[in-house]
Amino acid sequence: MLAKRIIPCLDVDKGRVVKGVQFFEHVDAGSVAECAKRYEQQGADELVFYDITASHEDRALTLDILKDASERVFMPLCVGGGIRTLDDIRVMLNSGADKVSINSAAVLNQNLIKEAALRFGSQCIVLAIDANRVMRDGKEFWEVYINGGRKPTGIAVMDWVKKARQDGAGEIVLNVMNADGTKAGYDLEMTAAVSDAVNFPVVASGGAGNPEDMFAVLTKGKADAALAASIFHFGNYTISQVKQFLNDRGVPVRQDFIERK
Amino acid sequence: MISIIDYGMGNLHSVRKGFERVGADVRIVTEAAEIDAAEKIVLPGVGAFRDAISTLREKGLDGAIVRAAEQGKWFLGICLGLQLLFDVSYEDGEYEGLGIIPGKVVRFDFAGRDDEQSLRIPHMGWNELHWQRDVPLFRGVPQGTHVYFVHSYHVVPSDAQVVASRTEHGGDFVSSVWRDNVMATQFHPEKSQKWGLAMLKNFAEL
Repeated sequence: MLAKRIIPCLDVDKGRVVKGVQFFEHVDAGSVAECAKRYEQQGADELVFYDITASHEDRALTLDILKDASERVFMPLCVGGGIRTLDDIRVMLNSGADKVSINSAAVLNQNLIKEAALRFGSQCIVLAIDANRVMRDGKEFWEVYINGGRKPTGIAVMDWVKKARQDGAGEIVLNVMNADGTKAGYDLEMTAAVSDAVNFPVVASGGAGNPEDMFAVLTKGKADAALAASIFHFGNYTISQVKQFLNDRGVPVRQDFIERK
Repeated sequence: MISIIDYGMGNLHSVRKGFERVGADVRIVTEAAEIDAAEKIVLPGVGAFRDAISTLREKGLDGAIVRAAEQGKWFLGICLGLQLLFDVSYEDGEYEGLGIIPGKVVRFDFAGRDDEQSLRIPHMGWNELHWQRDVPLFRGVPQGTHVYFVHSYHVVPSDAQVVASRTEHGGDFVSSVWRDNVMATQFHPEKSQKWGLAMLKNFAEL
């Protein structure tokens, strides 16, 4: 049976890992190589690098980091942040990424996901969605945001998800901004709704504070994988602790790093 | 010396680094003559079947790959490099493969099942490997080990004897094959952490 994945996300700025609380205040959580190695030893199923600055100078640094990581750790690597064109995608794949995560650019060029899936295959094209629960005309509206969560688009999350399915995206990472960095738990309702709307994997992001939150999103939230940053970077929990917790509650996880009883 | 065939489909970098990590000598080859001269061959690949097979033909590598398999050279296909060995693929049409292993490549199809929604396509992530044969590639690797998959199509060999392992995703599918000198995996050993590296080491030591 396919295991549920636990994925640490490394937000990268100038070669260092940082993690913002609700996207804004950034705190340094260590070097990329240290983090990647540490997470491999703990049993991470995949690593996500998110390039949060993505200026031209920093882009070159991110490629170096990616290449370096792909020589040190032998697991799937996904990279996101500032990817706008088919050429950007090709460069990332050639530098050791197995998947690329596309966010704002998919809104700005609504053919990008489709063209990328045709060119490189659905399996490496991930649509990242920054979603926010907002009030509009007195009613709750699930809205897609871009530019690192700073700009509302007016696009409804569920419409965006359906388009991703039609365009051939291979995976969705759903980051619910209201929950991100709060450690108050994932948005189970929105995650389950997205998961029900597609037949490809959905990765939940934003809000993990403890193993219970991960258990909830992988069961009630119907996610295929749980992505987190803060709770791992600062050593609150190790990945193996989370997996042990999930395993004990009957969630299928990779059996390496699980103590057999 | 292990020769990894580069025909422009996917990430050779990780396969090469994986072999280097376990102490193997590797080189990247792009010409039919290099394949003819090679000792052990790896055919990796990620992407669409149609693009891959037409590229192999355009570059004139298809004949050399078939010859290498027939000559008894140790051969490892990975992911698309497994699917290419078969007679035919139904990925977005119907395309003839290399015909080294009899059988076909088909898409996962869970339409109409109650659990359709939970059986994701692509089959992406870590799943268990189950084998009944003493496969040289898997020596020392525990039964039921999780390895990394990412694919929407899977192989259906016509001869059950070539099946090396099966994996469950809405029923069993063939996750690797082995016949004489030819081995091929649907999963990615180079992305499967320590047990994947153990398989690359096994191949290097054959």
